Amino acid sequence: MSRPSDLVQGTLDLLLLKILALEPLNGWAISQRLKQVSGDVLQVSDGSLYPALHKLEQQGWISAEWKASENNRRAKFYSLTRLGRGQLEKEAANWARLSDAITHVVRLEEA
Amino acid sequence: MRMEHWFYEIPLRVRSLFRRTRVEQELDEELQYHLERKTEEFLAKGLTPDDARKAALRAMDGLTQCKEECRESRGVHFIENAVQDVRYGLRVLRKSPGFTAVAVLTLALGIGANAVVFGILNGLILHPLNVPRSESLYSIERPGTFGEYQSYPDYVDLRDRNRSFDGLIAYSISEVGLDTGNNPVRAWLYDVSTNYFDELGLQPYLGRFFHAYDEHGPNSAPYIVLTHAYWHSHFQDDRGVVGRVVNLNKHPFTIVGVAPPEFRGTLLFFNPDFFVPLVNRTQVEPALSLGGRGERWIFTVLGHLKPGIAPAQAVADLNSIGSYLEQNYPKDDGQMTFSLSRPGFSGDTVGRPIREFVTGLMLLAGLILLAACANLGSLFAARAADRAREVALRLALGASRNRILRTLFTEAILISLMGGAVGLLFSVMLLGRLNVWQPLARFPMHVPVNPDANVYAVALALAVVSGLLFGIVPVRQVLRTDPYQIVKSGSRSSGTPGRRITVRDLLLVVQVAICAVLVMSSLVAVRGLARSLDSRFGFEPRNAMLVQAYLHMAGYSDDSVPAVQKRLLDAVQSVPGVSSAALVDNPPLVEGWNAAMVFSDRTTDLRPANAAVTAIRYRISPEYLPAAETTLLTGRNFSPHDDKGAPRVAVVNREFARKVFGSVTAAAGRYFKMGDGTAVQVVGIAEDGKYTTNIAEAPQSALFLPILQWPTIETWLVVRSGSDPQALAPAIRSRLHDVDAGLPVFLETWKKGMDGALFTSRVATVSLGVLGAIGAMLSITGIFGMAAYSVSKRMRELGIRMALGAQRKEVLRAALGRAIQLLALGSAAGLALGMLAGRVLAGIVYQATPRDPLILAGAVLAMSLLGLLATWIPAQRALSLDPVMLLREE
Repeated sequence: MSRPSDLVQGTLDLLLLKILALEPLNGWAISQRLKQVSGDVLQVSDGSLYPALHKLEQQGWISAEWKASENNRRAKFYSLTRLGRGQLEKEAANWARLSDAITHVVRLEEA
Repeated sequence: MRMEHWFYEIPLRVRSLFRRTRVEQELDEELQYHLERKTEEFLAKGLTPDDARKAALRAMDGLTQCKEECRESRGVHFIENAVQDVRYGLRVLRKSPGFTAVAVLTLALGIGANAVVFGILNGLILHPLNVPRSESLYSIERPGTFGEYQSYPDYVDLRDRNRSFDGLIAYSISEVGLDTGNNPVRAWLYDVSTNYFDELGLQPYLGRFFHAYDEHGPNSAPYIVLTHAYWHSHFQDDRGVVGRVVNLNKHPFTIVGVAPPEFRGTLLFFNPDFFVPLVNRTQVEPALSLGGRGERWIFTVLGHLKPGIAPAQAVADLNSIGSYLEQNYPKDDGQMTFSLSRPGFSGDTVGRPIREFVTGLMLLAGLILLAACANLGSLFAARAADRAREVALRLALGASRNRILRTLFTEAILISLMGGAVGLLFSVMLLGRLNVWQPLARFPMHVPVNPDANVYAVALALAVVSGLLFGIVPVRQVLRTDPYQIVKSGSRSSGTPGRRITVRDLLLVVQVAICAVLVMSSLVAVRGLARSLDSRFGFEPRNAMLVQAYLHMAGYSDDSVPAVQKRLLDAVQSVPGVSSAALVDNPPLVEGWNAAMVFSDRTTDLRPANAAVTAIRYRISPEYLPAAETTLLTGRNFSPHDDKGAPRVAVVNREFARKVFGSVTAAAGRYFKMGDGTAVQVVGIAEDGKYTTNIAEAPQSALFLPILQWPTIETWLVVRSGSDPQALAPAIRSRLHDVDAGLPVFLETWKKGMDGALFTSRVATVSLGVLGAIGAMLSITGIFGMAAYSVSKRMRELGIRMALGAQRKEVLRAALGRAIQLLALGSAAGLALGMLAGRVLAGIVYQATPRDPLILAGAVLAMSLLGLLATWIPAQRALSLDPVMLLREE
């Protein structure tokens, strides 16, 4: 119900995997990072972030462990698994193919 | 990749499931951390702490919703819900113990009956013999009167000439006197071809088996292989038994080995004590010879089909051997066509009716389960209607209809599983009893029906399927529930209004119809048995004792037989209380029969195809007909002067006279020929009777010959007394002991001896009777449930009617009219169906016909009684209503 409308279906997983590929982060940090890297263009609501993370964990693409956070409190940190790395490559390739195709279509000159 | 995926997923799921509190805590902590950071952010933007907190929560679209979504993405939602549903279901069921008990009991009856019948089906039909590769094992049968029986020379030809079987084995059954040092005891054995164990692929438990190379002509292989059970019970597990010499009918035999415990012979219901080579048959059963091509005493010939050979090919192969035999031995081998049947029973002659009967029982049991489901379906529908408010409330609070249906189904499955467990428990107990049951004193008969995994699986499957079946009944009702209407009006009248035909009504009619069929078939069976018991057998079994004297076990042979038979007869006749006694070679309806082909006087070519009739043949002493109380219709009985020196004479029965000579009057004084060409004159004609081992047999030709003219070692004495013959047994035994202490005898009343002949129809009657009783119980609970429900639904209306001055009759009509109508409708349908089904029964149960007015009347009476019984309590309740109380309460 709280799926972000301006996010193409399935791309949230790709974004999360990519962000976690750089470094292990906790949920809060992930939401900050998302905003930061996309320059506030990609708005992912907090309500859809966590279910997505739990789903990725369930799939075995990311794993979680409890560690001290940047402000020295206990937080759940997610990191990419080997399986997740493979999935990231696959989804990234898919995305490249798709966006190329769409770009191509959009740039068609009107006759 | 897939594997790896599971490698991650399974531990997580398990963790989510079993460490739920821990996982929940972590989820909570994770989200709290996020909320705090978010709140801090809003605080930094200048919001008040309270507003900041609220804004943070809003950003998450609600904490609870977020948590629920997280749980869902963990994928354990379904299991958690199921656990919740089960708990809830158990709570609900505990709250209405009466309903639960009735439902569980109903199902236990239905599933128990099915499990028992399936256990029998499983044991007798689904997996036949306990030998390796039993699926390619076929027995050879000659369609016609002799069933599977073959002669030894024919067996040898079949064995050596066929190209379809790996090897053919043959066996027969005999009773012998086993002498281990004391006086001989009777024992049952299989005479088997020496390749028996090798072709079956068995290994000895102890010692060795005998093999084809052990035999070198008649009586060349005096070896015994004991069954494990007999070794255990009669040789006390003595491993030194191998090599021991014992006497069979006074002939020395060496015990060479013990068969494995799981092997109990190649007949499912008849377990021998030991095995002896077929070539030594004449020592075991001197009345028969090995070489006679026309002497068909080999019980069964069977073997493994070669791989790749279809049964039809094998039959063609056998038939070509058959035509070879017909051409070369026209005198002995009449029509030699063959068919194959599954081994385990003595061919299709016995096997088919058993299979048909068990299949029929399975069908009836299935009907019972269906009736039980219909019963429970209407109960559940009634409950669902009562719970309309609960359902409406849950719907209003946001539960999905799916979830509510799941709750109802969970309840149904819970009940069906409980019912299944109780039913299974009961059926396992019953099957266990059946497994060790020895129904007949004379024979080592046995019903191999140990419940195995198949039985459990079927019971479980039936439970689940029936749960779904009756659980589905209230579905439509729930789907149509309109929570707004119900909550608003607060009325309980969510059920369908009065006049329409509801699913519940239909179910009740179906159920009553099924039960009426069951009640009717059990009445048919019981009546058939009752009739068969007081019908004429052509002799009088009451007050008669049968004594079988095993002369061959005591070493008597041809010349010494008539003298000892005379001494035995004299000894028995001298017992005080004995009114008459007689000799017969094999009394009717007890243990098999002898048949003889008879030719008309003018026939010169005495080949089987030219026979006038095949008659059941009795060799009797002159006292037999009066002692058996067989009525002589015309002519004379034998006298002691009809001996070897006198012309050959016979008494024939009415059927014989009709078939061979045209009529009773035409037969007197006429001649016919026996198979060896002897001309015999008919001097008397006796009434028809029952002769073989099946009381439902069609009229058979029978032929009585003087035992002095046709001597035989087979010796039975018929002893008639004025009172209970059992009382004479000790005296008879001691007199016989005086004649020859080493002569084994078996005493039994004729009535008891007929147990075997009556066995099938008794079993049929009992099983049909039990199914009928279960059907009756189900219809009582069904009608009761319906009537009670309709009374309680209309309590208020009835109260008002009574307050307005309605008469008792009118109240009753209002309360129960519908139930009675449905009952009548269902019964009528059931009786009509029962008339049709009864035709099937007539084949199994002797003299059973559903057209019998008594049965029809009985069925109608039974159904009305059941209806009366079932509506009694609801009627009482309707009549005892106190309108004042009732109206005040509401």
